[in-house]
Amino acid sequence: MTAPVRAHWTAVCRYDDLIPERGVAALVDGRAVAVFRTHEGALHALSNLDPFSRASVLSRGIVGDRGGRATVASPVYKQVFELATGVCLDDPSVSVSTYPVRVVNGVVEVCSS
Amino acid sequence: MRTVVVAGHGMVGHRLVEALTGRDVQRHWRIVVLAEEIRPAYDRVALSSYVDSWDAEALALPAIQDDRVELRLGDPCVRIDRRKRTVHTVSGYRVAYDALVLATGSAPFVPPVPGHDLPGCYVYRTPEDLDAIRAAAQRAMRTTALGRRSGVVVGGGLLGLEAAYALRQLGLSPHVVEIAPHLMPMQVDEGGGALLRRFIEGLGVRVYCGQATTAIEPDRGRMLVRLSDGTELDTDVVVFSAGVRPRDTLARDAGLPLGERGGVLVDVCCRTCDGDIWAIGECAAIEGRCYGLVAPGYAMAEVVADRLLGGNATFPGADTSTKLKLLGVDVASFGDAHGRAQGALEVVHNDPVAGRYAKLVVSDDARTLLGGVLVGDATAYGTLRALVGAELPADPGALISPSGGELDASALPAGAQVCTCHAVTVETIGAAVQEGARTVPALKECTKAGTGCGSCVPMLKKLLAAQGVEQSKALCEHFSHSRAELFEIVAATRITTFSELVAKHGTGRGCDICKPAVASILASLSALLSPGSHILDGEQAALQDTNDHFLANLQRNGTYSVIPRIPGGEITPEKLIVLGEVARDFGLYTKITGGQRIDLFGARVEQLPAIWRRLVDAGFESGHAYGKALRTVKSCVGTDWCRYGVQDSVGLAISLELRYRGLRAPHKVKAAVSGCARECAEARGKDFGVIATETGWNLYVGGNGGFRPRHAELLISDLDTETLVRTIDRFLMFYVRTADRLQRTASWLEELEGGLDHLRDVIVHDSLGICAELDAAMEAHVAGYSDEWRGVLEDPDKLARFTSFVNAPGVPDPSIEFVQERGQPTPAHRRDGQPVLIAGSKLAVGAR
Ligand code: SRM
Ligand SMILES: Cc1cc2nc3c(=O)[nH]c(=O)nc-3n(C[C@H](O)[C@H](O)[C@H](O)COP(=O)(O)OP(=O)(O)OC[C@H]3O[C@@H](n4cnc5c(N)ncnc54)[C@H](O)[C@@H]3O)c2cc1C
Ligand code: SF4
Ligand code: FES
Repeated sequence: MTAPVRAHWTAVCRYDDLIPERGVAALVDGRAVAVFRTHEGALHALSNLDPFSRASVLSRGIVGDRGGRATVASPVYKQVFELATGVCLDDPSVSVSTYPVRVVNGVVEVCSS
Repeated sequence: MRTVVVAGHGMVGHRLVEALTGRDVQRHWRIVVLAEEIRPAYDRVALSSYVDSWDAEALALPAIQDDRVELRLGDPCVRIDRRKRTVHTVSGYRVAYDALVLATGSAPFVPPVPGHDLPGCYVYRTPEDLDAIRAAAQRAMRTTALGRRSGVVVGGGLLGLEAAYALRQLGLSPHVVEIAPHLMPMQVDEGGGALLRRFIEGLGVRVYCGQATTAIEPDRGRMLVRLSDGTELDTDVVVFSAGVRPRDTLARDAGLPLGERGGVLVDVCCRTCDGDIWAIGECAAIEGRCYGLVAPGYAMAEVVADRLLGGNATFPGADTSTKLKLLGVDVASFGDAHGRAQGALEVVHNDPVAGRYAKLVVSDDARTLLGGVLVGDATAYGTLRALVGAELPADPGALISPSGGELDASALPAGAQVCTCHAVTVETIGAAVQEGARTVPALKECTKAGTGCGSCVPMLKKLLAAQGVEQSKALCEHFSHSRAELFEIVAATRITTFSELVAKHGTGRGCDICKPAVASILASLSALLSPGSHILDGEQAALQDTNDHFLANLQRNGTYSVIPRIPGGEITPEKLIVLGEVARDFGLYTKITGGQRIDLFGARVEQLPAIWRRLVDAGFESGHAYGKALRTVKSCVGTDWCRYGVQDSVGLAISLELRYRGLRAPHKVKAAVSGCARECAEARGKDFGVIATETGWNLYVGGNGGFRPRHAELLISDLDTETLVRTIDRFLMFYVRTADRLQRTASWLEELEGGLDHLRDVIVHDSLGICAELDAAMEAHVAGYSDEWRGVLEDPDKLARFTSFVNAPGVPDPSIEFVQERGQPTPAHRRDGQPVLIAGSKLAVGAR
């Protein structure tokens, strides 16, 4: 039997500090993760790395929706990613990783295993 | 291959070459063009615009690049040898032809009054004529004699009025002498002529109608022009525009018959009695009649192209409609304007107070439109002209009364000509729409309609609408409004948040298109709706593009660049040193920009506040290089230092830059001020450009560098500084209010119905009555300006957003790496073979 994998949650910031529809970048086990709070209050965590420009910037994109699906647009060349799945809606063959995210005692945590 | 020789490379000769090369897919013909002028064919119809730019290139027609065409410039033909079927040129060149097309145009008619050949007398047909007139005007301005320098135009037709306008542009007081009882006798009737005269006189042109010019005499270095009623006019320049005469000497010498009043006599296929020789354009007397307009010439060129390829086209007859706009005065005449048809009735609406004259000529049963004259307001021209010969859709009186309402484009008969310049009918447009041309640019591309004088463009839009083609103006999936509509909604409802706007007027939660657009609208209106607010206040922060969000420009590796404002490009040594020190201390790459300022690259997001703290302390402020806002007002050194400068261009540039800094607009706005006509600040490449004159400033608008360069056009000349600033205020505010998202002033102006003249009406003559509002909006902006970066430094909440990682603010982004190049840092992954991107990830060619 292989060793059990234990989920590792990293604290990011207070939920109240997140501006709705504006992301932040967090360092989670050495990786840059973009964390977003939508208008309705839902949380999403995605890799911060924009696969098109390879710059670590997705947290700085504009949050909105396309056909009702919550999205973020890369600030570099404006490709749009679905927040829930990380899939690029302009080119579905490309996607970015997503991470589990939760709130514990008012603090946002991202899981990185 | 057979050879066709074209004598004359004017507008019509050029059209023939275009038509023939385009259609001769089997390559039957080689084309030799013999041209008298030293430059390839240009847009003679637009000749008067040459006095704005003195740039003959701007008149050029699209060059012909085709291996079948040989163009010999400055080598006119002097003789036709019909027996050997050769033509000879002045340089001694000889060429044999299978077909010869005469397209030699016409020459201005100079009445044989005594003194007509004095130095100081000119004609008005080529750029060289205008250069000579300009030189004479400048000589006159330099003499020290008392009184205003003046110019006399002999002939008050369309051309004469254009010449008077040109003289005025050159600083002379124009006088126009017309032998007929009213101006533009060819096109308008007496009633229209009287109103026209009032307009023209209102523009500072003196008009003498019903007068012959009897003599011109030298008079102490100037000239004296005598009129038949004894009037004497002192003048420095005389310009003859008393009609034209066809240039038919070649044909006459070759023994070809001429028309009764001159012109190479041709039949309806444009052929002379020698089956190998044709004539087209102004030199041709088609069934005895010459036409002095370009559209009939184009029709003849098409006929000959068709015939040379074995077709059997004939000249369809000509529409001599004209529409002229001089200094904002509309004049149009179409069809049987003088009511010459038998039994023709005239319906006139004359409102001298409103400055509007309209006459329709209708058939004796008042059911068919035959022609008409419009002065003062020619908006109905496009529709009415297309209706000529057709049954009227309404009572003629109603059609021309001011409240008569818009004509329905769907009422036009299929054969009605929409575009006279290119003889395009309603039917052709309809077919093009069916085949998928859904926009005006697409229609222009496939039918050529709208690419001549442009007066039919509004009609094209109506036809598209009549065919049910929705010209979608929706911003994105969240708003069905255009940016201009949203602007009006925000201004009227005083909504100040995106959430409220999208809830009441849109759907969903927005996107990267509508959010920044709304952010920009809110910022443009903030001085009026929420004074003292900052673009990063509250919800607005989430609307901003990353550049505005961090008040810096995002670079390819995720770092930002910093551009402080350097108004007019003027900077003290102390400030230069500060920039150098900041760049050195933060390890930034430094470059002089194309906008006369300094860009510091490679700042990580968390470094921006510290960098700006140093800059703000040294007296710098945001340069808005990141915003859709005023960028720079470039300047040249002007009178301060330059030996040619005539005004203080640096001082003006600085004051304009300070006045408009921070103004959010649909797109970025760039400006420049040059201290003299040498134009070292490149003002005509800017959204607005100011060029100094001896007596004030000329204001140019709608210029653009970038992707699709366009020269700015002269809006008004010789303004004092106060009027200049007021006019720019209005220009900018009108643009901010009505332009589309990401539309620079250049394309905004191109799409503005009525173009530059309309713009002038609105912001100079206040035709919409909105100038007071525009002025107030700009006053509020100027009074409410504060530096955006200072606003961030003073607000801990805003500062807190400038971190690398929320949970590790001290850790720099490990993905950002630099290498040294030419002694400065540059992004490490720069050379890994990524293609260079210009706009987005794909550059849509021709999509603008
Ligand atoms: C820094 C500079 C180049 C330089 O090193 O000289 C520059 C750099 C950029 N230009 Fe530019 N332009 C710069 C002068 C110009 C000029 C020249 C001028 O202003 O006199 C032009 C042509 C003039 C014009 O705009 O009409 C120019 C035409 C453009 C265009 C095309 C605009 C168009 O209408 O076609 C873009 C793309 C756009 O805005 O959509 C652009 C966009 C850009 C952007 C913002 C591209 C981007 O989104 O990253 C570049 C980033 C600037 C930054 O700091 O990160 N830049 N750009 C110049 C900054 C001037 C300044 O002091 O603010
Ligand atoms: C200021 C101005 C404004 C105008 N405005 C309008 C308008 O608003 N609407 C309109 O419809 N029309 C207008 N016109 C008239 C219009 O320009 C002419 O109808 C049109 O240019 C005629 O074209 P063309 O080719 O027949 O003659 P041109 O354009 O005159 O060309 C003839 C060419 O042949 C050359 N040539 C002459 N003899 C020889 C030779 N022996 N060998 C070789 N080359 C020779 C000439 O140098 C010239 O370049 C305007 C004209 C002027 C001057
Ligand atoms: S535009 Fe005129 S004043 Fe300005 S620098 Fe050039 S030559 Fe001198
Ligand atoms: S009528 Fe002149 S371009 Fe169409």
